[in-house]
Amino acid sequence: MLILECPYCGVKGEETEFTGGGEAHLKRFGPGASDDDFHGYLFKRENPKGVHLERWRHTNGCGKWFHAARNTVTLEVYGTYPAQTTEPPKDIKDKISARVPGWSWREFS
Amino acid sequence: MSETRLMKRYSAFAVAKEALKYHMGWERAWASPEPKKKYDAIIIGAGGHGLATAYYLGKNHGIRNVAILEKGWLGGGNTGRNTTIIRSNYLQDASAAMYEKSRSLYETLSQDLNYNIMFSPRGVIMLAQTQHEVRGYERTAHANALQGVKTEFISPSRVKELCPIINLEGPRYPVLGGLWQARGGTARHDAVAWGYARACSAMGMDVIQKCEVSGIRTEGGKVTGVSTNKGDIACDKLGIVVAGHSGHLADMAGFRLPIESVALQALVSEPIKPCMDVVVMANTVHGYMSQSDKGEMVIGGGADGYNNYTQRGSFHHIEETVRALIETFPMISRLKMLRQWGGIVDMTGDRSPILSKTPVENVFINCGWGTGGFKAIPGSGWGFAELMAKGYSPLTAEFGLERFYEGRFIDESVAAGVAH
Ligand SMILES: Cc1cc2nc3c(=O)[nH]c(=O)nc-3n(C[C@H](O)[C@H](O)[C@H](O)COP(=O)(O)OP(=O)(O)OC[C@H]3O[C@@H](n4cnc5c(N)ncnc54)[C@H](O)[C@@H]3O)c2cc1C
Ligand SMILES: [Zn+2]
Repeated sequence: MLILECPYCGVKGEETEFTGGGEAHLKRFGPGASDDDFHGYLFKRENPKGVHLERWRHTNGCGKWFHAARNTVTLEVYGTYPAQTTEPPKDIKDKISARVPGWSWREFS
Repeated sequence: MSETRLMKRYSAFAVAKEALKYHMGWERAWASPEPKKKYDAIIIGAGGHGLATAYYLGKNHGIRNVAILEKGWLGGGNTGRNTTIIRSNYLQDASAAMYEKSRSLYETLSQDLNYNIMFSPRGVIMLAQTQHEVRGYERTAHANALQGVKTEFISPSRVKELCPIINLEGPRYPVLGGLWQARGGTARHDAVAWGYARACSAMGMDVIQKCEVSGIRTEGGKVTGVSTNKGDIACDKLGIVVAGHSGHLADMAGFRLPIESVALQALVSEPIKPCMDVVVMANTVHGYMSQSDKGEMVIGGGADGYNNYTQRGSFHHIEETVRALIETFPMISRLKMLRQWGGIVDMTGDRSPILSKTPVENVFINCGWGTGGFKAIPGSGWGFAELMAKGYSPLTAEFGLERFYEGRFIDESVAAGVAH
């Protein structure tokens, strides 16, 4: 069972309180972008076996969107952080490095 | 060239003969060789799709110097974890062609492989429990008629006749009808993997278990082989057929896929006397059920709402599924559930599979079957083998990776509405 903590209201809850929103930190490409960029943005996914950065929503709580750093194999959660960021904060990255030395996810490591 | 292996045929006569010898004379069903230095083709993943691909490479295209590499035990992935529903009542023409080819190959597969895969065309009903579903399935029935796939939209009383244990007047979603495919059914999942493996082994192919691929080696954009825990193995052509691990293997080859992996669950009850001789799927309330030959009620559950590789699944999905099924089949309310398990399914956005060339020359990928690829094993193997051997197959042509680039989806979200 997956347990997450909402970074806004500080409530810890099991997964039925939240809704998964897919891969985090996607760079959006719209009209005028190259076909490759647009295709990558819409369809190509990291889908990693291990460390993953995702969007979640505290649906049955404050209703806000946030980010989570999580392991897709062990379901360990390294931390959650607000939605208004383009990369995970340093303390969460350090925590991941301590648990999974040499990890990388897109341009982050 | 690889040597064919001499194997004794299974028959009623062989069973009688062995009975006289206290069944001590049965030989191993397939060989377990060490890998050779090089193969004409390597298939990664000994699930149903990988094994079927190898089988038709040998049988239809004469390519027999083939290895099938499996990190665990053969059939131990989704092929050995699914609820074995076989049907071909999809909406789009490309899907109907693929799934109907597959269903028809299943009809004679036991004879073709000399291995009893226990294909049971007992019939499949997909219940319509909302007006929206009624319209959706009527549309599918018309599409199927044009495609030459025999299905019909049936009345609630006909549903009750086919499945007397059903409750038509559920409190939330009464049964308004159903899409009936009389030629759909089930088969024994392990036997499908075992039968293909045995036939591949007999053709001289090497099925190598406990052999995990950890790298894909290329030279000038072209594949040269794979790295494994049993050493490097060279090949001219490579087929990646690893379901939930497709993204992981694509990463090794240096490309990304429009695929997300999630756990999908199933469960079975204690065995009871025969009470249901069709498969019933209830997409609106999200559950489906059939009865195995052992008497267990086989129940399919929901998929997790987030990426994971746990082969376990979240518990609340079981609760939701069982709740929905008790509404539909009140008599199961006192049944004890015996076992639960999960598999990692590879989901695409349009709920259709990918059978395709890749950015790496001579690397081919067969994935994206998601929650519904058991039914497709023979057809997928047939088409994918042709694609690998000849570079083109009419059966797989629409399922290339480029469909995402071109926005040419094969939308099966209705047909695949429930995990199946
Ligand atoms: C609970 C559940 C119920 C389902 N119900 C149905 C149903 O009723 N009807 C239906 O049609 N479909 C159903 N499906 C879907 C169906 O099971 C799959 O689509 C199908 O079995 C996929 O077969 P495959 O051969 O592609 O994959 P798999 O059988 O998963 O085989 C892939 C193999 O690749 C191996 N592998 C992975 N990585 C590596 C590596 N690095 N090196 C070597 N080997 C590797 C794995 O160990 C695995 O054995 C269900 C699935 C689940 C999980
Ligand atoms: Zn909150």
